[in-house]
Amino acid sequence: MTTDTQLDLWEVFIQSKSGLPYIHAGSIHASDNKMALQNARDIYTRRGEGTSIWVMPSKYIVASNPDDNDMLFDPANDKIYRHPTFYVMPEGAKNI
Amino acid sequence: MHNEHSDAHFQLRIDNGEHIEAKDYMPEKYRKHLIRQMSQHAHSEVIGMQPEGNWITRAPSLRAKQILLAKIQDEGGHGLYLYSAAETLGISRVELIEQLQSGKAKYSSIFNYPALNWADIGAIGWLVDGAAIVNQVSLQRTSYGPYSRAMVRICKEESFHQRQGYEIMSKMMKGTKDQQAMAQDAMNRWWWPSLMMFGPHDKNSPHSSDAVKWKIKRETNDELRQKFIDKTIPQAELIGLTFPDPKIKLDTTTGHYTIGKINWEEFLRVIAGHGPCNKQRLDHHIKYHEEGVWIREAAVAYKQKNAKKELETV
Repeated sequence: MTTDTQLDLWEVFIQSKSGLPYIHAGSIHASDNKMALQNARDIYTRRGEGTSIWVMPSKYIVASNPDDNDMLFDPANDKIYRHPTFYVMPEGAKNI
Repeated sequence: MHNEHSDAHFQLRIDNGEHIEAKDYMPEKYRKHLIRQMSQHAHSEVIGMQPEGNWITRAPSLRAKQILLAKIQDEGGHGLYLYSAAETLGISRVELIEQLQSGKAKYSSIFNYPALNWADIGAIGWLVDGAAIVNQVSLQRTSYGPYSRAMVRICKEESFHQRQGYEIMSKMMKGTKDQQAMAQDAMNRWWWPSLMMFGPHDKNSPHSSDAVKWKIKRETNDELRQKFIDKTIPQAELIGLTFPDPKIKLDTTTGHYTIGKINWEEFLRVIAGHGPCNKQRLDHHIKYHEEGVWIREAAVAYKQKNAKKELETV
């Protein structure tokens, strides 16, 4: 007898309407692609929450470490010229 | 500069209303508290399928059967949302199930009461799910991100559960004398256990203070219980049900209802394993878990066979 397992962990992403982004819905357990899609449908779209599903094995997700947040995201903070509000428009300028 | 791995920094984040995510620093006691609470919550959803599952084949109409099936499927789904949220804390599904089956982890003691007749299905949906909703609405704002997101999803689905229960009760109260008596009997049996679902009074609640400090719990047991009492009493009165508590009255100065004394000896007895169905519920879970081993084995074997085929075709 093989060891009992609860199968592999997968992450589920759902697009609620065409044109919108895929959003993480949660996780499921499944042994293969087909079971993963079916389980994701049964668990996360019982009320028409989605028109499309992505599933992927959780082990392939690479996540940033919260400890690195300063290093990763700080450089964005001192480049305010990337925002449109940085620029001075002449008085009376319209539609810009 | 704060040490990001200190309990003081963690508390600061909580106090600022930030959510904690799986990879963030958290005190070990916070993690343990969450695993205990979230797994208990997940187990309750799954064990809660049993008292109702008993009535699928005996539902009085096709409509009622379809609704009950959908409701029970939701409960299973809610259990799965919560298990996967709990797994983000570093505990495996195998361990979670093992803790349930060994009795190390608890589930809501309400499910150790039997569903004796169809009116019980009404009372469970209306009162038990109604009490659960009050708790779950509050938990949508819990500090742990994955738990909070699971709660938002659950709350969206749960209100159908309560409404279908209240509809059953309201229909029975418009029915024959016998049907009215059945509804009242179910009310009499489920009212007190529903109030116990919120747990001991605040002054006797062993886990409350840390949970409130860490914003795992956003409201106390007594605050949540009062909300449930205030919204449920007028619903009962509207359809002509009375309460198995002669002390219920509206305090006109506060606008809140006051109730008689809850029998905590019964609560403790049921939690300790001496309710009417404790053994039956766990035995049932273990039996079907064990009988399902071959399905999980077959799934793994199928995956391995396909992986081998892929290698051969490369």
